[in-house]
Amino acid sequence: MKVPLSWLKEFVSLPPKVTAEQISQAFVKVGFEVEGFEEQGKDLKGPVIVGKVVSIEELSGHKKPIRYVGLDLGEKKTRFVICGARNFKVNDLVVVAVPGAVLPGDFKISARETYGKISDGMICSAKELGISDEHAGIIVLPNGKIGADAIALLEINDVVFDISINPDRGYAMSVRGLARELSGSLRTKFIDPAKLVKPIKSSSSKNTKTVAVKIEDKSAADQIVIRTLDNVDVKNSTPLWMQRRIEKCGMRSISLAVDITNYVMLELGQPLHAFDAEFIVGGLRVVRAGKFNKLTTLDKVDRKLNPDDLVIADSKTPLALAGTMGGLSSEISGTTKRVALEAAHFDPLSVGRNSRTHNLSSEASRRIERNTDPALAEIASARAAQLFIDLAKAKLIGTSQVSTPIKARKLKVKLSQISTFIGYKYSIKQAKDALNLIGCKVTGNGDVLTIEVPSWRPDLNTSADVSEEIARIQGFELIPSTLPTGKKGAQLNYLQLRKRNVATLLANQGFTEVINYPFVNEEMVQTLGFTGDRAKSFKIANPMSEQLPLLRTHLLPGLLSTLSRNISRGAKDVAIFEIGTVFRNVSSLKKVELPGTSKRPSPKAIAELYATVPKQMLFVGGVVAGHSRISSWQGAGEKFGWDDAIAKAIEIIESTGNSYEGIRSDLAPWHPGRCAEMKVNGKAVAHAGEIHPRVISALNLPERSCAFAVILSELPAASKVSAPAILNMPAAVQDVALLIDKKIPSVELMNALKTGAGPLLESIVLFDRYDQIDADKVSLAYTLTFRASDRTLTADEVAMYRDQAIANAVKNLGAILRGNV
Amino acid sequence: MSLDQNQIAQDLAQAIASINAAKDLEALKQVKIDYVGDKSPLAKANQALATVDKSLRAEFGKIIGSAKAELNEVFEKRLKELSSQRDSQVLLTERVDVTLPVQKTLKGGLHPLTILTNEINDLFIGLGYKVAEGPELESEWLNFDALNIPADHPARTMQDTFFIEPLEAKLVLRTHTSPVQIRTMLDQSPPIYVICPGKTYRADELDATHTPVFHQVEGLVIDENITMADLKGTLDHFAKTIFGSEVKTRLRPSFFPFTEPSAEVDIFFNGRWIEWGGCGMVNEKVLVACGVDTKKYSGFAFGMGLERTLMVKYGITDMHDIVEGDVRFSQSFGVGRQ
Repeated sequence: MKVPLSWLKEFVSLPPKVTAEQISQAFVKVGFEVEGFEEQGKDLKGPVIVGKVVSIEELSGHKKPIRYVGLDLGEKKTRFVICGARNFKVNDLVVVAVPGAVLPGDFKISARETYGKISDGMICSAKELGISDEHAGIIVLPNGKIGADAIALLEINDVVFDISINPDRGYAMSVRGLARELSGSLRTKFIDPAKLVKPIKSSSSKNTKTVAVKIEDKSAADQIVIRTLDNVDVKNSTPLWMQRRIEKCGMRSISLAVDITNYVMLELGQPLHAFDAEFIVGGLRVVRAGKFNKLTTLDKVDRKLNPDDLVIADSKTPLALAGTMGGLSSEISGTTKRVALEAAHFDPLSVGRNSRTHNLSSEASRRIERNTDPALAEIASARAAQLFIDLAKAKLIGTSQVSTPIKARKLKVKLSQISTFIGYKYSIKQAKDALNLIGCKVTGNGDVLTIEVPSWRPDLNTSADVSEEIARIQGFELIPSTLPTGKKGAQLNYLQLRKRNVATLLANQGFTEVINYPFVNEEMVQTLGFTGDRAKSFKIANPMSEQLPLLRTHLLPGLLSTLSRNISRGAKDVAIFEIGTVFRNVSSLKKVELPGTSKRPSPKAIAELYATVPKQMLFVGGVVAGHSRISSWQGAGEKFGWDDAIAKAIEIIESTGNSYEGIRSDLAPWHPGRCAEMKVNGKAVAHAGEIHPRVISALNLPERSCAFAVILSELPAASKVSAPAILNMPAAVQDVALLIDKKIPSVELMNALKTGAGPLLESIVLFDRYDQIDADKVSLAYTLTFRASDRTLTADEVAMYRDQAIANAVKNLGAILRGNV
Repeated sequence: MSLDQNQIAQDLAQAIASINAAKDLEALKQVKIDYVGDKSPLAKANQALATVDKSLRAEFGKIIGSAKAELNEVFEKRLKELSSQRDSQVLLTERVDVTLPVQKTLKGGLHPLTILTNEINDLFIGLGYKVAEGPELESEWLNFDALNIPADHPARTMQDTFFIEPLEAKLVLRTHTSPVQIRTMLDQSPPIYVICPGKTYRADELDATHTPVFHQVEGLVIDENITMADLKGTLDHFAKTIFGSEVKTRLRPSFFPFTEPSAEVDIFFNGRWIEWGGCGMVNEKVLVACGVDTKKYSGFAFGMGLERTLMVKYGITDMHDIVEGDVRFSQSFGVGRQ
């Protein structure tokens, strides 16, 4: 809310010489964030004076119509100025900056020749004076004395604070509330403007023209006051002081009747609405829309009503969306004579729903949603009625109201409990002072305090609420800085540790981590060729962009896009990885009833609640393109290949303490002949290899880009490592070369050799592969290393093991011995 | 044959002179054959010892032995000299320019958000906290209801929250990591000390300071006699560890549905106050919804945006750098500086 210092000062005493910055800090200290403040008139220097237009000469022959205006400034002679605006006539009062004046932007006014005339000053717009953005025309004053200082008349020298108000502090959306907070922060005197309002009586007790009121839905409102005013002179203009204050608060002056309701709302925090009573049939009713199905609101929008909307209706039609916006049919017009002035205490939730369902947030609805003071309906109504009487020559002819007695709420709190909760020992005086400053009455001098909660603070209910008020007003800076003492030791769990280790492993091997948005689209899913679970995406009801409405089912869409972005920015050799969650819509989502929050849900309800949340797996994925060993002055580097991607997946699996079984796979989006699937405990947990050429060209990726993906959350927790026995006896080495069918995966040959070689085989390493002997066969040569724990192996013994290994491969796979290498 | 003492001395002198005169290892090899080997004068004199009169044999033996020893010593010394001379010459020719570029592997790096998360996790583990994580696609009850954000609350509108179809499934992309706090309170009994880092979502357009997908870290403590002073001390420690010991913190009264009292925490960093995060004492309504005994326990909670923390800490001015995945960005952070 925007609020001018001049208005605050009416209700709160300020220390002498206090600066705008200090006031700003005082607001911040008690929890009111000051977005900024504007020192109006700071860059404005007079003389800027009130003048009357005595003559207008239209100058033609220029690009736009120009006026040569004669002004009476109370000087001996008429002063003539050039003016481009047209929103004034002879006898209007205007604001004139005369030579010597300086306007904001260091605009010095002097007599000068223009359009063939001498212009001896300037008629000002609000924008030129730096008091609003209004520059549609010059200011035409409703009143003022010729020759008077316009800077004073317009109350230009002021500071306007822009304060953001937390949703629990509806009362502070008013000069009343903010002045109280400022006085609380500065510890200075506060005068409650609500207490300055004098009771007001109707001129006659029974008048048939008085508009009656009923609350038909008791859940919707508990207070409503309708004052009927007759003989309202709507043509009277809003006095300058009122107009200026409304403008400083960031609203626009519209007409006297509307301005009075807005002025009182800004001052006290109570929204009001003025109906043209001639258009009310029968009395007013606070009702749900029910069968009423349409209403045209003041903003000229035809609205379709929902049965649950809260409206003010007469006996025939809805006239206003209650607490939100008035209707066009009963709008105050230039011919209005009789006004029904409404002030009510509405249910915040109902008005909040009105506002949300109609996407219509108004100054009134914003205040009511955040709770208004129920005691204010009568007070604000009286205040506004008096302004109608004083400013629009109106006559109050009757008051109708429905009021529910407002009971003062009492809270009992223990000061010792509050001190323990905050961690600072407050004295009784500190507690009472703070609570008095926010409007509470406090009794009790021991540990137990009885607090009478003011009507505008429905948010004060618990000891914690009271703690906040005491701590806030006494200042959070009083609270000491301590650390809790009760905690036990802790460490990362296995999955957290795994995530960190895998990330560090990859980063230390030249991979760069990226964090992609998990949003994708159907086209991407199609391009990558995802099927099965990976084609089952969750759809976002309100995505950032219709281009990306789905949640990812895999990390590759994001990784491939990021690879492409890096390449397009000039990167040649790229290795990136991401660790992130994927979302697969594999069980159809059902309608869910949520439990209440007044107590802990039952174990069954908690289990059911957890079950409504789909399982989400944690993946690590990576893509590589270009060189793993980069080209340099020493020559060409080494290109990334399918094997690098597979090796990385294997390293990740093994780093978690798991062993895997690798097989060939044709999973998309990998190259069907160059993709490996890794299984742990029989379950596929990883895929790696070269990306399908079709995908490469569709996404414009570097040729032969490769990728891996491992489901980190599906890998079992590692079993404890058992330390190996390190054998010191000499090793014996044997080499063998075998021919096998090309279709047989090499891993099968290696496994056959391992099994045949027996327990003393320490390692087996493929050292040569040659496939030019035969179209169907490939030669694979291995080094077998044997070692015993207790003796040096003899040549004969080792040869025997080697022969057993070969025999097993020959028997099971049809391998042919090529002879010792 | 007879032996002449003078002759032996003369042979020795000549052998020494020849050794010292050898210019390189090749020359020394020849000198060795001529003066140190089996056919050298001294070797011959030694062979002739057998023919010498017995009475003189011991004395000549001594003379020849001492001459041989001296000769060997001189030879070894010269051999060393010449070897080292040869080595230094050869190594000189093998010299390379060691300032040539040698980096052949790619530079890797962790995303700085990961580095920051690790730092924060470590700092709180040091304080005895556990790290708690939860699903990003979350139930509305856990993301809102249990946190005292009822169905009519403005924060639940489509302007702020991503909802999943169908709406009746009541699933959202979590708007904070607070549902992890709720899960922790539902799953464990106090005392609870947890830190909850993770990915969060809000329907903000990506610009220099906003991103629809961001990261948060929240802390939750539930124990006996937990005070707002404990919250303040914990945040002080947190801020000093992340931003340096000179940083100052300030709590400012604020409002959150799930805490009472609530505060914003600001830090004074690089000469100005910067809004860092939100915090407060856990609202009783939240504790009640999770079944925590409010007579026995109280607690505090706090939450910070990690992107914001990162931007403040490293002076990053554009959010695009953090979200776009340009390898040059993360590479500059390595795996974190020790």
